[in-house]
Amino acid sequence: MDLIQKNLLLQIAELHDIPEGAYNIRANGESVGRNTTANIDIVKKEDKDGIDIIIKPGTVNESVHIPVLLSQSGMQETVYNDFYIGEGAEVTIVAGCGIHNCGVDTSKHDGIHTFYLGRNAKVRYIERHYGEGDGNGENVMNPETIVHLEEGAVLEMETTQIKGIDSTNRITRGDLAAGAVLEVHEKIMTHGKQFARTDFSVDLNGDGSSANVVSRSVARDESRQEFYSNINGNCACTGHSECDAIIMDKAVVSASPQLTAGNIDASLIHEAAIGKIAGEQLIKLMTLGLTEAEAEEQIINGFLK
Amino acid sequence: MLELKNICYEIEDDNDNKEILKNINLTIDEHFVAITGPNGGGKSTLAKMIAGIIRPTSGQILLDGEDITELNITERAKKGISYAFQQPVHFKGLTVKDLISIAAGKTMNVNDVCGILSEVGLCARDYIDREINGSLSGGELKRIEIAMILARGTRLSIFDEPEAGIDLWSFSSLIHVFEKMRDEIHGTILIISHQEKILKIADKIIVIAAGEIEKAGSKEEILPSLMYTAASCKSLTDKMANENQL
Repeated sequence: MDLIQKNLLLQIAELHDIPEGAYNIRANGESVGRNTTANIDIVKKEDKDGIDIIIKPGTVNESVHIPVLLSQSGMQETVYNDFYIGEGAEVTIVAGCGIHNCGVDTSKHDGIHTFYLGRNAKVRYIERHYGEGDGNGENVMNPETIVHLEEGAVLEMETTQIKGIDSTNRITRGDLAAGAVLEVHEKIMTHGKQFARTDFSVDLNGDGSSANVVSRSVARDESRQEFYSNINGNCACTGHSECDAIIMDKAVVSASPQLTAGNIDASLIHEAAIGKIAGEQLIKLMTLGLTEAEAEEQIINGFLK
Repeated sequence: MLELKNICYEIEDDNDNKEILKNINLTIDEHFVAITGPNGGGKSTLAKMIAGIIRPTSGQILLDGEDITELNITERAKKGISYAFQQPVHFKGLTVKDLISIAAGKTMNVNDVCGILSEVGLCARDYIDREINGSLSGGELKRIEIAMILARGTRLSIFDEPEAGIDLWSFSSLIHVFEKMRDEIHGTILIISHQEKILKIADKIIVIAAGEIEKAGSKEEILPSLMYTAASCKSLTDKMANENQL
């Protein structure tokens, strides 16, 4: 890996070098490093671009890192990664994509991740997207995450896109069996003329299942954001979605939360709030000695923390 | 020392100019000063004006002889003015530790924050990573608001009705915080309050009504005239009426 790729790796996975445990590092379309463990296997797909990550039942306290780096301007790819998590396994999966585009062509990474969580499996999935570069080429990422949760499975998903992605369409689909839990926390900041669209749709199919989707975003300059969420409660279940956006400058944000209850015992809630930074928050921090600009930064950093 | 010279504040109300503060002249050089008086009399306006949140229509504000009338909120904060809000502000994502650190102007470690929180009667371990939001009670938010002022340690600390929005039991324990502050803190404490317990520990009491200073003097001079008078009854009934409306 060169310095640019190492920096991308640091930004998306907080890794200074090769991670411990299982990993697959993909740079400019090629695997530049892979490690498997006794419990975690990573296999290249034969029919299309991508890998299968197979985690044995009962695997605990292990992690998988699968960062994707694009430093060649104009590079465009669609990658399919499938995760098979065995019954009772408890693992952390760190994915993410970093693009460095110093050219004039559009760099694009579309990652389609499908998760199959076995009974009572527990996964923490962290995904960070980051773009940089001094060229005029656009950085585009369209991640699609599809999750299938068997009985009692728990998936906590944290996605972050703070900087440098010009256009993104983030799709998440899920279906949950009895007692399964899906927890999604999304953080997005757009600036310039960037566009971000997020689209969640979750089917709660088993009694006692629950989904909680929380999106916090900041839209600056002339950027645009769209938030769609759809929770279908088909049984005795609980669903909650929350979209909370700070709008600044000339940005445009729209939120369209949708709930469908198909069972009398489904309990579904959505909340959506869009607004500028409250004047009294700025004043409070200014009375503590911050300038207005410093106060604004503190509020945004806290909001997206 | 804080001096207010010929302070006037007018707002336009239904195309009519309404005088909120009428030619206020005031010198504060005592250690612990209480401002009291009926609701709507201009007390909070005056406090906000000292902090720079509201600018006077005319008049001058001097801090230790320096004219600060034209300084903005940040500049006044840096000159040593602190202001505790009557209604503490909520912040999504910012924690108690974050705000105490911002107030102190430096990154605080757990021990530093712990020390300050215990000053206001909060057990740091339970609060340090809590977000400043509606999950905290009115009394807790008030204590954190006060803790921020303590963390700053400035030469002028203004508290706008610390008793507002908290129950009587929480307030009676909060009174000890102010007693301690009076005994231990250097600089001037300016506190807007209706509470007799606060007025009783003040070196000076200023009564503001209808935008004017009705009277000012030592507690021995002022307190007897406030207690059990028509004015205090009116103040109390106004307050109860306001709270009932909320």
